[in-house]
Amino acid sequence: MELAPSETHDFKRGQGSVLLIACGALAREIIQLIELNNWQHLDVACLPAKLHNTPEQIPEAVREKIRTNRDKYNRIYVLYADCGTGGLLDKVLEEEGDVERIPGPHCYSFFAGNDVFEARAEDDMRAFFLTDYLCRHFDKLVWEGFGLDRHPDMPSFVFGNYEKVVFLAQTKDEALERQAAEIAHRLGLAYEYRFTGMGDLASYMATAK
Amino acid sequence: MSDEEDIVLSELADDELVQQMHDDLYDGLKEEIEEGTNILLERGWQPYNILTQALVEGMRIVGEDFRDGILFVPEVLLSANAMKAGMFILRPLLAETGAPTLGTMVIGTVKGDIHDIGKNLVGMMMEGAGFEVFNIGINNPVENFLEAIEQHKPDIIGMSALLTTTMPYMKVVIDTLIEKGMRDDFVVLVGGAPLNEEFGKAIGADSYCRDAAVAVETAKDFMKRKHNQMSASA
Repeated sequence: MELAPSETHDFKRGQGSVLLIACGALAREIIQLIELNNWQHLDVACLPAKLHNTPEQIPEAVREKIRTNRDKYNRIYVLYADCGTGGLLDKVLEEEGDVERIPGPHCYSFFAGNDVFEARAEDDMRAFFLTDYLCRHFDKLVWEGFGLDRHPDMPSFVFGNYEKVVFLAQTKDEALERQAAEIAHRLGLAYEYRFTGMGDLASYMATAK
Repeated sequence: MSDEEDIVLSELADDELVQQMHDDLYDGLKEEIEEGTNILLERGWQPYNILTQALVEGMRIVGEDFRDGILFVPEVLLSANAMKAGMFILRPLLAETGAPTLGTMVIGTVKGDIHDIGKNLVGMMMEGAGFEVFNIGINNPVENFLEAIEQHKPDIIGMSALLTTTMPYMKVVIDTLIEKGMRDDFVVLVGGAPLNEEFGKAIGADSYCRDAAVAVETAKDFMKRKHNQMSASA
């Protein structure tokens, strides 16, 4: 995937003939890819990233976005993996018809590359994954979201079976790397850094036409 | 339910102490639950009565508020942890006094999955509701389930998974039970964040349980039906 900019494209919502319905946690990366690749035909509608903590709400939220936007675009793609919906997101997409999603069980997998992620699944069973987004918003989404800030015993309940934090980095950012290492330290886990870039997200978006 | 005033548990009358233990369970106060349990034992309470009236009733309130979205997982975990501390004191005494159990359950997280918060919560709530629970931990291949079945002769098998990638393994366990002609000997309950009722049916489980409170109610219903069937055929 060539990520070098061909010409400047300043993304603005509401333009383009193809809609990407995406998890808010991916917004930054998606817009970066659209601008870098000058994909002027793509528009983006994001759902709140906090649905990450309540995946059972994702399928119906996606359905609503599809129905609201169906008539406004030539085609719609969904940038959610299964994301803990246990196949219900796929069922919704099948019911709505003519809408497909990015393959994979979750964003950790498609950022790492679904094949690579699957091949390492056994070795990574006790890994807690961070992406750039999760690293930036760890305190809000995880630390506060699971009540770890309020209950000192809670981290050992929640992370007791994990052995390492694996930071799947989308960008080379030293500040984020330091943050990820600090999170691992705070959780009492080993730390591993893996640069993934945009992984399968970039190649999938390139097919969205 | 927190009270700012210092309460001396030993100075409370029995009914006030039980009420206070409900509040302490709700607030996840482990040491207070241990203290309350010991005080009631010293006052001559039967372990089974402490279990049902103080702990199980307290957890019933927690379970209801969890179901209704008033309490969240961290709070319920702390409550369950407090109950576990009370159970730790009562368990040997319950065994000595031959207290009745509603049934026996083997519960575990399936192969490839290390997540156990929900599973432990179900285990503790089931124990609190009067079931004997054998928790076989995380990352269990089918062999571990078979071994635990052989050893503990459960009425109920509980399987848990948090990942879309590991939940299909539940079908491996159920299919193995079918192959061995054992499937109908047990009630199989499944649960975990990515699961749903449709998945539970598709893999041949008896029921999908949305949360720990539902798991307890479902297990009780199945045991009631089993006893009714046994009475009818007797």
